[in-house]
Amino acid sequence: MDMEAAKMIGAGLAAVGAGLAALGVGNVFASFLEGALRNPGAADSQQGRLFIGFAAAELLGLLAFLVAVILIFVA
Amino acid sequence: MAAEQGKVDPMKQFQIEPVFGSANWEIAGFNIAFTNSALWMAVTVVLLWAFVYGGMKRELVPGRWQMAVETMTGFIDDMLAANIGKEGRKYVPYIFSLFMFILFGNLLGLLPLGLFGLHPFTFTSHFTITGVLALMSFSIVLIVGFWKHGIGFFGLFVPHGTPLPMIPLLFVIELFSFLIRPISLALRLFVAMMAGHVLLKILATFVIGSVNAGALYGATIGPAALILMIAISALEILVAGIQAYVFALLSSLYINDAENLH
Repeated sequence: MDMEAAKMIGAGLAAVGAGLAALGVGNVFASFLEGALRNPGAADSQQGRLFIGFAAAELLGLLAFLVAVILIFVA
Repeated sequence: MAAEQGKVDPMKQFQIEPVFGSANWEIAGFNIAFTNSALWMAVTVVLLWAFVYGGMKRELVPGRWQMAVETMTGFIDDMLAANIGKEGRKYVPYIFSLFMFILFGNLLGLLPLGLFGLHPFTFTSHFTITGVLALMSFSIVLIVGFWKHGIGFFGLFVPHGTPLPMIPLLFVIELFSFLIRPISLALRLFVAMMAGHVLLKILATFVIGSVNAGALYGATIGPAALILMIAISALEILVAGIQAYVFALLSSLYINDAENLH
């Protein structure tokens, strides 16, 4: 296969990672909301943890984006 | 990769160009020309200074401006009190500066100044800048940790109640996850800002390109892309706030590790 074509396909495949990270981020907020609606009194104190979970899940999606950028512009 | 004729290059907006000074301004081989990145950092600092200065009247009954500034400082103060505890107060100036600098930088880069022929530059979309900010947080963690606990700071890498045979393995894993922190901290902010701005520019390309491609495309794809672009802009404002918050939050958590170990 042509090297340039292979890079582009690889960059496109990296988008799968971004989509999966979207599932993860959605799961973080969905679970938080589920818990928060059951016990609204405790919800405010857990917002810091919500964003830690969000940051951890989001980072992996951003890494997928980074892989795509490196494949297109650097490699 | 060069942009083809008549296409908008979405990476052009991240180019660092000297505003004044030239390639000849060098110290030890490093160019010190005043770039657009430096210009926007200076603008951010001036605006931030003006914002905080306007709220330092110390009136007994605070006005709107003072309330705005006190809300921000109170927000950071609460965050540090919740995450670090009593010792957290001494980090309020650092975390507040960090949070506000990143927040203002993110938001200034989103301003539609292109309408007036200016080119807003998001300096937080560069790894060099977020990397230095992350290294500052990481240095504080290392300095405070070793200052306060000495060699006992390595106890951070061995959680309480670890069985003896597991200690070498866990130590390596925890050490690695500790050392990756500044990179992940810097990477998160830089990629989030860059991805958002690239997305906006690509949607702008759709709008311009569809109008150029003819009446049918211009009437169907153009408005749809424009509406999506407005929605994404709103999302980007949210992301600008969240990323600044996450950076400050994770910095305070890492400092908590240094202050209190586990």
